[in-house]
Amino acid sequence: MFLINCPYCGERDQQEFKAGGEAHIERPKQPTELSDDQWAEYLFMRKNIKGVQFERWNHAHGCRKWFNMARDTSNDEIKAIYKMGEKPPPQ
Amino acid sequence: MTKNLRVKSSEFIDETSRISFKFDGKTYYGFKGDTLASALLANNVHLIGRSFKYHRPRGIMTSGSEEPNAIVQINPNSNITEPNARATEIEIYEGLEASSQNCWPSVNFDIGGINNFLAPFLPAGFYYKTFMWPKSFWEKYEFFIRHSAGLGKSPTTKDPDIYDHRNIHCDVLVVGAGISGILAAKNAAKNNYKTLLLDEKNELGGSTIFETNENKKINNTFSSDWLKKEISELKNIKNLEIKTRTCVAAYHQYNYLLARENLTDHLEKKDKKNKIRQRLLKIRAKKVILATGALERPLVFNNNDRPGIMLSSAVKKYSDFYGVACGVKNIFFTNNDTAYESALSLHNKGIKVDAIIDIRENSDAKIIKKINDAGIKIYWSHTIVDTSGYKRLSDVSIMKLSNDGMSVTGSKTSISCDCLGIAGGWTPAVHLYTQSGNKLTFDEDRNVFVPKADNSAQICVGSCGGDFELDEIIKNLSNKLKNFLNISQTDFEDISLENDKETSKRNIWLLPSDKPTGKTKPFVDYQNDATAKDIKLALREGFRSIEHVKRYTTTGMGTDQGKLGNMHALGIIADTAGVKMGELGTTTFRPPYTPLTFGTIVGRNVGEFFDTFRRTPMNDWHIKNKAEFENVGQWKRAWYYPINDETMHQAVQRESKAARKSAGILDASTLGKIDIQGSDASEFLNRVYTNAWSKLAIGKCRYGLMLNEDGMVFDDGVTTRLGENHYIMTTTTGGAANVLSKLEDYLQTEWPELDVYLTSVTDHFATASLCGPNSKKILNKIIPELDLSDENFPHMSFKEVTIDKIKCRIMRISFTGEQSYEINAPASFGEAIWEKCIEAGKEFDITPYGTETMHLLRAEKGFIIVGQDTDGTMTPIDLQMDWIVSKKKYDFIGKRSLYRSDTMKENRKQLVGLLTEDPKIVLEEGAQIVSELNQKPVEMLGHVTSSYFSPNLNKSIALAVVRDGKNMRGKKLFIPMENKNISVTVSSTIFFDEENKRINA
Repeated sequence: MFLINCPYCGERDQQEFKAGGEAHIERPKQPTELSDDQWAEYLFMRKNIKGVQFERWNHAHGCRKWFNMARDTSNDEIKAIYKMGEKPPPQ
Repeated sequence: MTKNLRVKSSEFIDETSRISFKFDGKTYYGFKGDTLASALLANNVHLIGRSFKYHRPRGIMTSGSEEPNAIVQINPNSNITEPNARATEIEIYEGLEASSQNCWPSVNFDIGGINNFLAPFLPAGFYYKTFMWPKSFWEKYEFFIRHSAGLGKSPTTKDPDIYDHRNIHCDVLVVGAGISGILAAKNAAKNNYKTLLLDEKNELGGSTIFETNENKKINNTFSSDWLKKEISELKNIKNLEIKTRTCVAAYHQYNYLLARENLTDHLEKKDKKNKIRQRLLKIRAKKVILATGALERPLVFNNNDRPGIMLSSAVKKYSDFYGVACGVKNIFFTNNDTAYESALSLHNKGIKVDAIIDIRENSDAKIIKKINDAGIKIYWSHTIVDTSGYKRLSDVSIMKLSNDGMSVTGSKTSISCDCLGIAGGWTPAVHLYTQSGNKLTFDEDRNVFVPKADNSAQICVGSCGGDFELDEIIKNLSNKLKNFLNISQTDFEDISLENDKETSKRNIWLLPSDKPTGKTKPFVDYQNDATAKDIKLALREGFRSIEHVKRYTTTGMGTDQGKLGNMHALGIIADTAGVKMGELGTTTFRPPYTPLTFGTIVGRNVGEFFDTFRRTPMNDWHIKNKAEFENVGQWKRAWYYPINDETMHQAVQRESKAARKSAGILDASTLGKIDIQGSDASEFLNRVYTNAWSKLAIGKCRYGLMLNEDGMVFDDGVTTRLGENHYIMTTTTGGAANVLSKLEDYLQTEWPELDVYLTSVTDHFATASLCGPNSKKILNKIIPELDLSDENFPHMSFKEVTIDKIKCRIMRISFTGEQSYEINAPASFGEAIWEKCIEAGKEFDITPYGTETMHLLRAEKGFIIVGQDTDGTMTPIDLQMDWIVSKKKYDFIGKRSLYRSDTMKENRKQLVGLLTEDPKIVLEEGAQIVSELNQKPVEMLGHVTSSYFSPNLNKSIALAVVRDGKNMRGKKLFIPMENKNISVTVSSTIFFDEENKRINA
């Protein structure tokens, strides 16, 4: 059970949060211009790496804010937490 | 009749308080402080149960939670009986009743014991291999297999006990209150850390607390006496909370641990009453110190499982702590010095020890001399090749070991005995350490897995950390604590220590016998009856991974999780496969460390507290009017309102007719309601719904369909424009939370530039939905001043009104196809408004109807229910709802996916209507649809999603999804059921009032 430092509320137990998949996948601004393959890339393709992964998390049972997390999937170490719109920290 | 083996009074046993208890129906006596195991041993009872597979007689192996054999049924004759309790952990109390498990008719005469003689035919994988063939016989086998499967009896009624949860936040958590744990906790608390110390036993002090041997002394006193003084000082320390009888079950990431605190299991029945039985502690600790100690290993040799064969450390604890001799003719079998300490303890208490059999060639440790002085014979370089005695050990046969340890030589000597203490070395109890995600490293010198590395949030100390000698433990503990707690000194770093050192080692995972392995029974996992032979068979059959061998042989899969035998399994695999033990790794240690009862896990969240129930403001009225309820999401919704003894079908038919004939009223308060405000609200709706919203006039309502980005229907509902920048959106009852969360997601992450604010107002409004041809007249009675003409208040529009000073919003929208009005009142006035409608509707026979009638009425009109007629694979096109998808809008959620090659395919499953050939037959929802009855394999075209008998049409109607259904109008299809085939014809999805005339009638 993680201890997550919500950038708006501080440290809270994982059960207050919801994981929202890979971060930094921007919704295409002009979907109509994309081929089926390009759209499928956006829609379906997600990384599943052993190591540091960037993820979206939502403080669902708290402030309801979304934020980003850099988490090492091999040992669940949370490397960084940063707000939506911010760049991922250098590794 | 039974011999009393209580040898010497013990300070831990209160001999003034005699306690009676029953085991297998017979009454015995013990004392306060006894466990069931120690009390039975004092009564010379060693035979406790039968083993799982071969039904071999088994006794008490250990003195703690690692016990594999002595597992019993508590309160065997009660319907709240508890199986698989460890006799070594149960503290006896007046009236305790326990019985043997896994035997019939009794532990002394067990018919299943025949399996022992059938053993050659019951190898690993026996069930997998045997019951595969012939296939059709499985049902016959199943009866017998199920009969013999399982360990113990499950309770048959609900658990009457009270369980509790508690959250604890602390600076330092110390797990285990042996000498290391006590010193660690004391020093942490004294240095201003808020400290919690837990131990699974009822006494603090671990194995040191009863250590009265000369070979372990601290400050020139027995280590037990020194530790008692330390313990007595604990109560004066602030910041320190101590909990005994508390076993840590799980250690998760970020120092989150779950522990079970046992509060009443040791109390008499009358004292248990109305008290919390167990409490689950949910602990979040800044720092964790694991001082969980080590578990003694058995030795693996032929017939090493007979009652009377015990761990040497357990023999010592029964004598030193409980004052009980485990036998009158004791011998020990060892590969290290532990057995000598145990033997010395017994000797000092006047219990006779006849011999020590040691596989080592020699040892010059000091303790050997003491044993020689005591006149105990030592057989160096010997091993036990067999044992005898069916229900109690009677003899062991020993032979000399060859130099390489692979075979035995010379002649066999038999030694008579009734208790054999075995000592195979110590395994650090690293279970919790690895659960937390950390790795182990194999120490080849000592043949143990030890923690790889400490970190700033967690350390392992004492024997759990791989230190076995007292001086090492104390020295390393002090250094580790200084570093970990960031303190300059500990209060015990200067103590003087005297302890004998072990000087020689020899480890043989599987000891040889004069018989070949195939003819012996060297047990590795006592509880699951897995022998070394089974492990070797698994390797011969090609299993290599330790995880596979474990599952194939069931080694380590009992309720004890192989605490004793897992190391031997690994060792035997490594030796047989010719690989290094460290390279094999270990099986995964999983929580819980010891079994937890479900009650502890759920705590107080049982019965009505299991899940939250949401009730509408009109709930009391529904109850008063005898509504039956159904659960929708977390809501309790009125399902139907039976009159007298109507069945559900009768009530629904009556309600459905009444709603179309005159007037009906539905509690629609549960629909999700989201208040949307902001200057970009219209643009936002444009992006989330498939249809256009910019031109919706203020005061008008519009139905919208929301998709996922993959183009599949996600939710639907009516949204009303209340003002220039103000909308109220309704969602499905079950989808409300998901819709809000999805909208928030897009607003926060994709479109932060939009000025839009979302607020859930589901609970703030109660909704009464008036419907039917007379609904207008009823509403007119309630608000005479409101012009209800179709010109002033047309379908799909909204009015803000005041009823009895209560501000209400009325939407003229319809989910039934009838003229209808949804009155939204502030929740606290919901019941008043509802009653007002009922009162006003009396002269029109207004009929309250529930969700079932609502479903029927909307099905007559072919309106979908998201989640019933859709399942996450339906696009609006599949639903034949092309009309709601805007062609003009540049983008909305899911738009691009609607023209992916896959979603545009012609032969996707599409929503259609179905009419049965026999109008009386009502289809089953979920039933499969085919076009050919004789085709094999038959192609499944789709399934029925909604099905009702329509009283207004007097025939059966259904909605279904059917492959290429769009082009099948008028085609005959079949629904094959168990006993008959039903013929149906594909129809329009709209069965009633296709021209929509009734909306404005």
